[in-house]
Amino acid sequence: MKRFDKLFNAKKSHVLNMYCTAGYPQLNSTMQVMKALQANGADIIELGIPYSDPLADGPVIQQSGSIALANGMTIQKLFVQLKNFRKEINVPVILMGYLNPVLQYGFEKFCADASANGIDGLILPDMPEHEFEKEYGTIMENYHLDFIFLVTPETSEERIKKLDSLSSGFLYAVSSSSTTGSDKNMDEVSNYLQRLKSYQLKNPILAGFGIKDKETFDAVCRYANGGIIGSAYIKALEGETDINAATESFLKPIISTNK
Amino acid sequence: MSVRYQNPDALGYYGKFGGAFIPEMLYPNVHELQQQYLQIIQSEKFKNEFNLLLKDYVGRPTPLYYAQRLSNEFNTNIFLKREDLCHTGAHKINNTIGQILLAIALGKKKIIAETGAGQHGVATATVCALNGLDCIVFMGEKDMERQAPNVARMKMLGATVLPAKSGSKTLKDATNEAIRYWINHPDDTHYIIGSVVGPHPYPDMVARFQSVISEEIRWQLKEKTGKENPSHVIACVGGGSNAAGAFYHFLEESGVELIAVEAAGQGVESGFSAATTALGTTGILHGSKSLLMQTPDGQVTEPHSISAGLDYPGIGPMHAHLFESGRARFLSATDDEALKAAFQLAQLEGIIPALESAHALYVLNNLKFKKDDSIVICLSGRGDKDLSAYMQAMEK
Ligand SMILES: Cc1ncc(COP(=O)(O)O)c(C=O)c1O
Repeated sequence: MKRFDKLFNAKKSHVLNMYCTAGYPQLNSTMQVMKALQANGADIIELGIPYSDPLADGPVIQQSGSIALANGMTIQKLFVQLKNFRKEINVPVILMGYLNPVLQYGFEKFCADASANGIDGLILPDMPEHEFEKEYGTIMENYHLDFIFLVTPETSEERIKKLDSLSSGFLYAVSSSSTTGSDKNMDEVSNYLQRLKSYQLKNPILAGFGIKDKETFDAVCRYANGGIIGSAYIKALEGETDINAATESFLKPIISTNK
Repeated sequence: MSVRYQNPDALGYYGKFGGAFIPEMLYPNVHELQQQYLQIIQSEKFKNEFNLLLKDYVGRPTPLYYAQRLSNEFNTNIFLKREDLCHTGAHKINNTIGQILLAIALGKKKIIAETGAGQHGVATATVCALNGLDCIVFMGEKDMERQAPNVARMKMLGATVLPAKSGSKTLKDATNEAIRYWINHPDDTHYIIGSVVGPHPYPDMVARFQSVISEEIRWQLKEKTGKENPSHVIACVGGGSNAAGAFYHFLEESGVELIAVEAAGQGVESGFSAATTALGTTGILHGSKSLLMQTPDGQVTEPHSISAGLDYPGIGPMHAHLFESGRARFLSATDDEALKAAFQLAQLEGIIPALESAHALYVLNNLKFKKDDSIVICLSGRGDKDLSAYMQAMEK
């Protein structure tokens, strides 16, 4: 059974997806960060591939990407780092990145290497659904990779249903039209998530962008199956040498009462 | 006649280049434009307003000037298309007039833009003042320094100028910031992109607004020489909007040689260059697939050019297609060569060109012409904004 199916069969709410940037804070901290996230309660790990021009990201994730690139991070190195990660990590892991570096690596080669190493799915926010349907969707399917589309409060019902039907694993509900890491009006977010829930989509829904602590996580979990935390965690890692301790103190308050 | 180069297909592709590679957050705004732009800009009402403003406000038609002394120098016939005489000093305003009318037709209340040399920023601030719309212009911190007079002009026109501090702090980064701002403020806001770049429909829309340049060249040349078609059209390419406009009505005329000139910076192989077709490979930047200067890992390379308007690591998808298909020839000029051409034009013809346009002028030195050729060079802008660079060059 696919890891995502196993996860969502067992856990229907408060699913916590943690974003981290590969090669940040140090080139070789990728595995350490992933292990710390799993050990401290993350249900899914979303590993960001750094890019020079990350259009959908706010300042915090941009900065982590710049640091990772300055550290020398590349897709090649990432797959070397991920070589045996399935011996230690059993939660679903997805790669999040922008299309350009993936295309330069070779889309099919990227899928083959991701799949061979035990990656479960991909998020490429600048992948147009037309290109997905025409070309890339089948390649990912051939390598048993899930692909997760984003929807926003401005996405029409018809389009949400379409993007849900093309997605597998989960559907990424961007909490409001914004780049990552910006603050949100949580009432509006709730209305939107409630609306998404009413569509009875095929995929579980995880809400992201602007979730930073227990309060915002719990708020989205009222209607979504879980949430995605990125910028707030990246910020928490800044300047920390003990990654496990920093991760523990970040996640503890968020996880505590949900178990 | 089949149109092979002028317009993209329904999904915004010129051959294999173009498309709309955007995050979902931009989808509503971009989709709205895709659905509506042709209908709006082809309506009689729009065309009348657009043409009237181009005439009375921009000062079109701009002259097609026979440059006698320059022609003597190169032993041929050289015509300068005087976009430098447009209100605000460059071709950029042809596009901003079109886009502001479109934005108003779509009910938008706020305008954002990116700018490199500041010409597009000034042209945007100008049309916003003219129509009473709020205006924010993103400009690389480095460009704010080297094009300070244009920063002052934008402020005087009532625009807010926000520095882009990431990356090389130039045009690419200003574009990133503008796109991010649009993602965060989608309501009521239209993004006026300044060149034939960005997701579909921007490249086509901007090319259509700039196509007035070649529309005029045709009848002006006919008046002057009896022939509509020149032998050559030469234009500089940053993103490629003045070139797209100057080429537009000649794209399907195979007898007209089209020459695009990129900025070689300190030399194509120097590591400090912006010659995209020489150095680039297929990639995705700012929402479209085109040629792009990048590392083998797909990280976008920081370009270099003395001219802020050409200091961009990509080119529009139309130009990538013209390059790949061989329809246009792509040449380049270095920083020093552009300076040389600027002084030559100033002293032969009494016209101080923008540094961008000076790149197009320089390649006259690299081409062989016949005595009876008629060469049209798009003089995309005037040199006022570049005086500090010219003063530095004179001190050397
Ligand atoms: C005078 C002038 N020419 C050319 C350009 C380059 O833009 P494009 O290639 O879109 O014409 C600029 C851009 O700022 C400009 O100011």
